[in-house]
Amino acid sequence: MDDSKILIGKANPSSHTSAAAVKDPLPLALRVPAAPYRPGDLPRFNPFHQQPGDFSRPDTLAPHTELRDHAAGLIRVLGDDGLAAGPWQPSIGPQQLRSGLEMMMRARHFDARMIAMQRQGRLSFHVSCKGEEVAAVAGAMAFASHDVLFPSYRQAGLMLVRGMPMVAMIGQLIGNRCDNAKGRQMPVHYSWRAGNVVSISSPVGTQFPQAVGAAMAFAYRGERRVVGAWIGDGTAAQGDFHHALNFASVFRPPCVLHVVDNQWAISTHRNTSTGGATFAARADAYHLPGLRVDGNDFLAVFAAEAWAIERARRGGGPTLIELLTYRRDAHSTSDDPTQYRAPEEANHWPGGDPIDRLSRYLIRNGHWTENAHRDLNEALDQEAAAAFQHAESFGTAATGLGHPTESLFEDVYTTMPPQLTEQMRELQTESSPPSAETSIIPFEAQNKRAVG
Amino acid sequence: MSTMNMIQAVRSGLEVMLERDRQVCVFGEDVGYFGGVFRATQGLQQRFGTHRVFDTPLAEGGIVGVAIGMGMNGLRPVPEIQFSDYMYPAFDQITNELAKLRYRSGGEWTAPVTIRAPSGGGIRGGLFHSQSPEAYFTHTAGLCVVMPSNPRDAKGLLVSSIECDDPVIFFEPKRLYRGAFDGDPEHVPPWRDQPEADVPDGYYRTPLGQAAIVRPGEDVTVVTWGTMVHVASAAINESEVDAELIDVRTLAPLDLPTIVQSVEKTGRCIVVHEAPRTCGFGAEVVALVQQHCFWNLEAPIVRVTGWDTPFPHAQEWQYMPSRERIASAMRSALAV
Ligand SMILES: Cc1ncc(C[n+]2csc(CCOP(=O)(O)OP(=O)(O)O)c2C)c(N)n1
Ligand SMILES: [Mg+2]
Repeated sequence: MDDSKILIGKANPSSHTSAAAVKDPLPLALRVPAAPYRPGDLPRFNPFHQQPGDFSRPDTLAPHTELRDHAAGLIRVLGDDGLAAGPWQPSIGPQQLRSGLEMMMRARHFDARMIAMQRQGRLSFHVSCKGEEVAAVAGAMAFASHDVLFPSYRQAGLMLVRGMPMVAMIGQLIGNRCDNAKGRQMPVHYSWRAGNVVSISSPVGTQFPQAVGAAMAFAYRGERRVVGAWIGDGTAAQGDFHHALNFASVFRPPCVLHVVDNQWAISTHRNTSTGGATFAARADAYHLPGLRVDGNDFLAVFAAEAWAIERARRGGGPTLIELLTYRRDAHSTSDDPTQYRAPEEANHWPGGDPIDRLSRYLIRNGHWTENAHRDLNEALDQEAAAAFQHAESFGTAATGLGHPTESLFEDVYTTMPPQLTEQMRELQTESSPPSAETSIIPFEAQNKRAVG
Repeated sequence: MSTMNMIQAVRSGLEVMLERDRQVCVFGEDVGYFGGVFRATQGLQQRFGTHRVFDTPLAEGGIVGVAIGMGMNGLRPVPEIQFSDYMYPAFDQITNELAKLRYRSGGEWTAPVTIRAPSGGGIRGGLFHSQSPEAYFTHTAGLCVVMPSNPRDAKGLLVSSIECDDPVIFFEPKRLYRGAFDGDPEHVPPWRDQPEADVPDGYYRTPLGQAAIVRPGEDVTVVTWGTMVHVASAAINESEVDAELIDVRTLAPLDLPTIVQSVEKTGRCIVVHEAPRTCGFGAEVVALVQQHCFWNLEAPIVRVTGWDTPFPHAQEWQYMPSRERIASAMRSALAV
């Protein structure tokens, strides 16, 4: 007898249900979602059916069960008529609104200039936040300056609000001597400790559980500081999203977690990131409040932020905020969205443009004028151009970025270990590296491609 | 026969396998409709349908996890990880699960998954778009680790990998996708001028576990893989050293006899890789060479590698092993 067969039994027949026994079967096939619109399609969106005033504004310590509708719905303040209405109207004066508008416009000019510079070969790469400036600007403005923020790479406006000089930001993009992070990272991975903004890394979503941990540190030490973190709709598919929510749910530390739903993750539509429910609705399963907000409505976003930050500061714990917006530009300068999106999708989508919407509201209420808007546009265009020139004076890819060889080996550890010192000497004694830097990601010219 | 760059060769390999075997399916971030951020899967969804070539949620742990489940149940999944730097969210699924499935089940369960991942530097990608993580995976029993350096090998090795009943980590040096980069970013030789860009159109296999002697020589053996094959080749040509250049092609299983035979002949050896030095796969090669060729060695074995730092952005070309560093290592091996 063959011993090896002894333990090989037969599967219990009752555990098998034959196909014939299935009652009223639906056709069985792998469900693969398709994006609503692709090149060649004519996008047709319904206007938002939610209106300002549709959702109550509960007390900031209300139980999460009072916010279920808010997580499935859409909190709005600026209506289709351009007027502000409903209980979510924030307590924010015209001066602060104007500075919000200015910051969004500054971010927009910054992006436009950086994209132009990338096209001229003076930058290797850029990521624009065009159309979703509210998320970063209203968000950062609502937090206190001692609160710690964990942005993604698509929140240039947040850096500006937190006081990172545009020249330093451009220094980061170029990777030259005026980059406070010493040219270590690829463009748009800013760090600004002076403004309590944590260094951005490329693996998406990693900042979410870290932000919860930062909030746990404040709870642990009894410091009333709140932590903010932002990720994209695509990134909400990562395990780190769920780690963050679960830890937030268990330890209830003071944080506000955001999903910026700009509907696209490179070429992948939101409907491949979630099987149906809104991102905010996921909060309910963790017994946390979720707010889904018109992400192009400065007033609504500011109000939602203020609510969640107050809740956290009072000791009410975390909130998940979903900001519904649209990525108007390419994913990055390495990307060509005409390959995968319907060309006019941005203009058909009902959320409009956040800068237009806020400026029209301010003009209508006598707090802003067309002329002031035009003048500000001109001034900001010049500001971005001047900042770029200034930043280039610290070194360019063509003239040299100005980092000493030692810099390559520093900051790996607190102090350089002997094996690194030896490697540094090895490099210093070798002949110099190839002459000029290539200025762009190499196959750019032949075929556009995306890079994280 | 067609002239192909590395991307086209990878695509052709996928196409051939999708055609031959209905159990083969291809998925990952942006690989479906768009055809991948590097365009390796361009056109495959249109040709084979959305259930065989599709986009997934942005979650590498999920991608590899479902690939294992599919592979255990009759499919041959070929997931793409967009950049090898993003394999780490899937590290547990790869190293604890995929690699150990056969062993832990006494051979009852296996998952023939081939994970494709663009790797390596030279594209100004900074810390997280430039890494060469091969050593993490060669250190894990149960995985095959492959890294082609030219279009013909890329297709042949990819076909062998997909047909392999063991899991394969298939690294594609992204700096080579559209040109035979050999150390000078200003002048990248186009693939169409290279003999290895002639790729058979249909099905063929390049066996796993066989290194290639790129250039025979008498004085020193240069062992390398990936992008560094071309940089080393240029260094050899420039320095006029009669070096024997070996492209390892598959790190696991390693073709040790080819390396040993060469070092027995030359008596000298240098190992070149982009990945950091400490515990890089070069350390394994050095240990094996000294064990097997001790009595033939005339000089210490030298490693030319990336430094023991993260992969920097601004100082990329000081990090990447250059022709000059390789030439100087050959000189130092020859000087003894
Ligand atoms: C772990 C990881 N996997 C893949 C990538 C490559 N990548 C960079 S951005 C991106 C899409 C992100 O989309 P989303 O979260 O919606 O943010 P958005 O870019 O729209 O702001 C991908 C796949 C990455 N950076 N990190
Ligand atoms: Mg997105």
